[in-house]
Order: sequence, then C-alpha cells, then structure tokens
Amino acid sequence: MTFDKITGATGAFALTALLAAPALAQDTRVIGVSIPAATHGWAGGMNFHAQEAIDRLEEVYPELDFVLATASDPGKQVNDIEDMVATRDIAALVVLPFESEPLTGPVKAVADSGTWVTVVDRGLAQEGIEDLYVAGDNTGFGRVSGEYMVSALPEGGKIVALRGIPTTIDNERVAGFEAAIEGSGIEIIDMEHGNWNRDDSFTVMQDFLSKHGEIDAVWASDDDMAIGVLAALEQSGRDDVQFVLGGAGMKEMIGRVRDGDTMIPADVTYPPAMIATAIELTAIGLTSTAPVSGTFTIGSVLITQENAEEYYYPDSPF
Amino acid sequence: MTATTGTTRRPRPGIDLHVLGPILALLVLVIVGASLNSNFLSAANITNVLSRSAFIGIIAVGMTFVITSGGLDLSVGSMAAFIAGLMILVMNGLLPTMGPGWPLVFVGMLTAIVAGTAAGFVNGFLITSMRIEAFIVTLGTMGIYRSLVTWLADGGTLSLDFGMRAVIRPIYFEGLLGISWPILVFALVAIVGEIVMRRAAFGRHAAAVGSNDQVARYSSVNVNRVRMLTYVFLGILVGVATIMYVPRLGSASSSTGVLWELEAIAAVIIGGTMLKGGFGRVWGTVIGVLILSLIDNILNLTDGVSPYLNGAIQGVIIVLAVILQRERKAEG
Repeated sequence: MTFDKITGATGAFALTALLAAPALAQDTRVIGVSIPAATHGWAGGMNFHAQEAIDRLEEVYPELDFVLATASDPGKQVNDIEDMVATRDIAALVVLPFESEPLTGPVKAVADSGTWVTVVDRGLAQEGIEDLYVAGDNTGFGRVSGEYMVSALPEGGKIVALRGIPTTIDNERVAGFEAAIEGSGIEIIDMEHGNWNRDDSFTVMQDFLSKHGEIDAVWASDDDMAIGVLAALEQSGRDDVQFVLGGAGMKEMIGRVRDGDTMIPADVTYPPAMIATAIELTAIGLTSTAPVSGTFTIGSVLITQENAEEYYYPDSPF
Repeated sequence: MTATTGTTRRPRPGIDLHVLGPILALLVLVIVGASLNSNFLSAANITNVLSRSAFIGIIAVGMTFVITSGGLDLSVGSMAAFIAGLMILVMNGLLPTMGPGWPLVFVGMLTAIVAGTAAGFVNGFLITSMRIEAFIVTLGTMGIYRSLVTWLADGGTLSLDFGMRAVIRPIYFEGLLGISWPILVFALVAIVGEIVMRRAAFGRHAAAVGSNDQVARYSSVNVNRVRMLTYVFLGILVGVATIMYVPRLGSASSSTGVLWELEAIAAVIIGGTMLKGGFGRVWGTVIGVLILSLIDNILNLTDGVSPYLNGAIQGVIIVLAVILQRERKAEG
C-alpha cells in the first residue's frame, strides 16, 4: 500500500499514536478509506474533501483512527484494501470503487468477514454487499441540467452537448438530460465526447462552431469541459450562443455564477464532497447507536447566483 | 538495416507509393472532408486544425530525429504537462513582483525552454551514458513527469492568473498576416528540421547512427553525442510546444498532454520514418500530423458515425497510411 503525500502524514500520525499509547490501541477502531487517486479535477476535489473530513473527524472522535489510501488503478485499489484488512484490522471500510466489476469480489470478502462497508458513488456489481451506499445521482444530474435548459430557453432552441468519457455515468446523465428536455422544443443538434477534458472540449466546440451556423446554448455537462467551450466561443467571436451550462461544482465556475456572469448563469452540483458524507456517516455508525445503514442519495442541486456562495469552497483544489 | 535504407533511397520508376502514400492519404481526407461539410475548407476551420496540430507537430519534428537515430521517447506528453505546470507556477509566482506584461511572458517562455532542455538532457544522459534502453528510460520519466504535475497541481488544475491570461492569450489566438503564431512556429520548426535532416551533417549522422551505430562509430561519428543531442532537441521542442499550449486555456492538469507521445510517434511513422531508425523524413512527419488532426476534425464535422467509433476509424487510417508505403521487398 502506498500513500500519497497527504496520506503519509496520516499514516505517520497513526503510527505515532500506536507507539505512544499501546494501552489505548485495543480501544481504537480504525476506519479504512480507499479512493481513486487525483487524476482529474473532480477526483482531486474528492481527495481534498476526504483528507479534510479525516482531519476533522480525528479531532471529534479520539477513539477512531483513519487510514487513507489512494489508488491509480483498480488492481492497486484491491491491494490497498487487502493490506488494510491484513495490517490495520479495520473496523469499517469506506470505498469509492475505481471500477465496479473488479472491486466487487474483494469488497464482498471484506464485508463477509464482518467489517462494516460503505460504498460511495460507483455502486458494486452485486447488490446487498454494502451496509451503507452513499450515491451520487447521475440521472438526477442530467435531469436537473435539462430542467434548467428548459427554463432558460422557454421558446425552445438548438443546443449542442458535450459528453464525458464513454461510461455508464455518462450514459445515465445524458439519458436524464434527454428525458427532461423532451417535448420542450429544445433540440440537441450535435453531441460528441469531450472526455471531461478541457483540451478535448475546446477542439470539439471549435468544430461544432464551424459546423453549425446557429447554436443557442451549450450543455457542457462538466465544468472542465465548460472552460474549453468558453475558450472556443471567445475565439470565434460568435454571439449566437447565449450561455454554457457546466456541471460538478468547480470553484472557478461557482465563482462566475456568484458574480453574475451571463455566459455561466448556473451550475449543477455533483459534489466530490460526497466522500466526506460517507466517512462521517460511517464514523457515526461506529461510535453511536444511530442507525446509518441503507442508501443515502446525494441529489444534484442547481446553483444559481442566489445560492452560489453556499457552494463555494475557496480552499478546495476543485 | 543498411540494405533497407538503400532500397528506400533508390529511385523507382513509376509511382512511388513509399513517398506518395502519406500525401495521397492526406489528399483523400481533404476531399472527403470538403465533400461532407462545406465549412471544412473555410479559413476558420483550416486555422483551427493547423493551430491545434502545432503542439503535436512541433514535438513530432523532434521525435523524427530521435526515431531516425534509433531511439524513442515516450515521455514527451507528460513532459509537456509538467513544463506547462511549471511555466504557470513560475508566472503566477513572479506576478506580484513583475506585474502582468510581456517581461513576465518571456520569463515563462525561458522557464519552458530551460525545463525542456533539462528534461531532454536527463533522458539523453540516462540513455547514452548509463546505457539504459530508451524505451525503459522514457517510460520511467513519463511516469515521473505525470506524477510531478499532479503533485504540483495538488490533484487539481493549475490555472494561470486571470490578468496574465489576457496578456499571453495572443500567442495562441493571434498571429502575423492572419496566420496564427502556432502555425508559423510549426512551419518554421518543420522547415528548419527538414533542412537539418537533409543538408546538415547532424541529420546524416542521426540516420547513420540509427542505421548501424557500429559503422557510424568507425566512421568517426560521435554516436553518444548525436543521440544525446536528439533528446535535448526534442526536449527543447517540447518546451516550444508548451509555450504555444499554455496561452490557449491558461491551465495545466494531470490530463494535459495525455497520449501526445503516441500521437507524435504515429505521425512520424505515417510520414515514412522507419521505427527501427536509419531513415527519417521531416516533411512526412508534418503530413502525418495533419492526417491525424484531420481525422478528428472530419469526425466532428460529420454526423452518422457513432463517436464511440472515432478511435477505430483513426486506427484504420493509420494502418492504411502505413500499408500504402510498405516496402515491396517485404512481400517476397
């Protein structure tokens, strides 16, 4: 198991705690947190919130100890989890699976051994393994985005859409969006994959602008992609595009919504901080009698100028 | 290897597909593009395609020399991301003391060139002096630079200060006489590269080293020096490409420059340079780069092809372009 630089500190802290107070060791219960490494903006934010939640909860619950591991691929995540069980005797596991299929077996083994399992965001391939599922709502994300489009373009209009990396997540979002705009007179005239990447979305948007003479709005579906779209729009100098709707809740974008930027009038959350919810609920489950098992769905919220301030986290890298 | 080089250079009667292959492929793409969408040949679209080709193009010219001399560099994409991150950090860091303006842009450019030179030197040193396989060395540095940029960005995105972005933006979006700077720089790099490959001693030495380094050594070519220089030049060109890249979106993250190394290598091979070394063609590389970006552009401009299949179409065209220029000898 390798730890990133933030995690190293936690590990060192845990080790010191163990060495300094061996008498307390049997009273201390360990929560293992296994998440994908910060390979893109959203994951970076998720790493930040995981670390922040752990730092805070270690203060609140002296009887709890946390171990955080970040993995750059599913195989490594499986190793991380096995190491946690073998060497730290974890009482609970909070896992955001890199991919559903490869992680299902290993997480099931952990659950079968009696350890509490909290799954975050991406569900496992088999139902009923986890004790608590903290889920993001991708269909809802698409639906809220679509509903905003309908309200912002009451007369209908022609929009282009950028999709993420071809995955179930992306499919659910697009399906939710399409269902929400159905019958509203809004027509998606083109849709391509921008892979949640600024450079790709810039290129795709440049080509959309060459291809279509009139575009009323853009569903960028992600804040990173919205940045690429905005750069392409600025270059083209076109004024037919009224606004760009991103998503996820990147702080720069929330800042623009708050400041009343007409090109970015709104944003839809898919909060990376859901990992903090999961860790906190798990801690409550271990330390109190309050029941926390079941499914906790984190809805996607529409951010407009009125409520933008509440969703602005200045310290987050995302 | 020497024999193959001989065949390549021997003039053949009739149509020589080996030379014409990439040009034909490019022409077919242009015709297909123009017939599918009337905006394909518009000035704006051509500018877009050429400007966005410039990053890979500038790098691919350097890669042509590395491959010609029998080497390989897998680290260029990560290196570009790392240099972009470094450039942004340096400019943001010096902004309070220097203020937004061209002096700071020049400091940023200098950072990119120095970092590129150093990175190329590290690759070259490990390959020539430590005698480690180029594939392994650059696979290692690829991982190192990719992690470093993630670390510098704390997993997120490094963004250039907003005031500075307005100053630096013209480097990508504006130009001279209506031709944008990335296109001009790409053209300049390609022309100089072609001249060096064809006319300068360095180009011949690179081909000689790639063809047979023992023979080159006996012919008093300083093999290690030639190899080292190809990596240093490539590093410098990665720096130049980054100078063009940063002004576009003013940001760098761990997803910057992903797979650029493979695109650059593919462009070099499509252009007729031999992957095993010994023969290089800079103008072919330019054609290869244009082929790759045109495929993307055409797929975006047309309906009817599922975007899921974009990668497959790219793959087929790459393989076809290389089949067109296959050695006839190989069949017998």
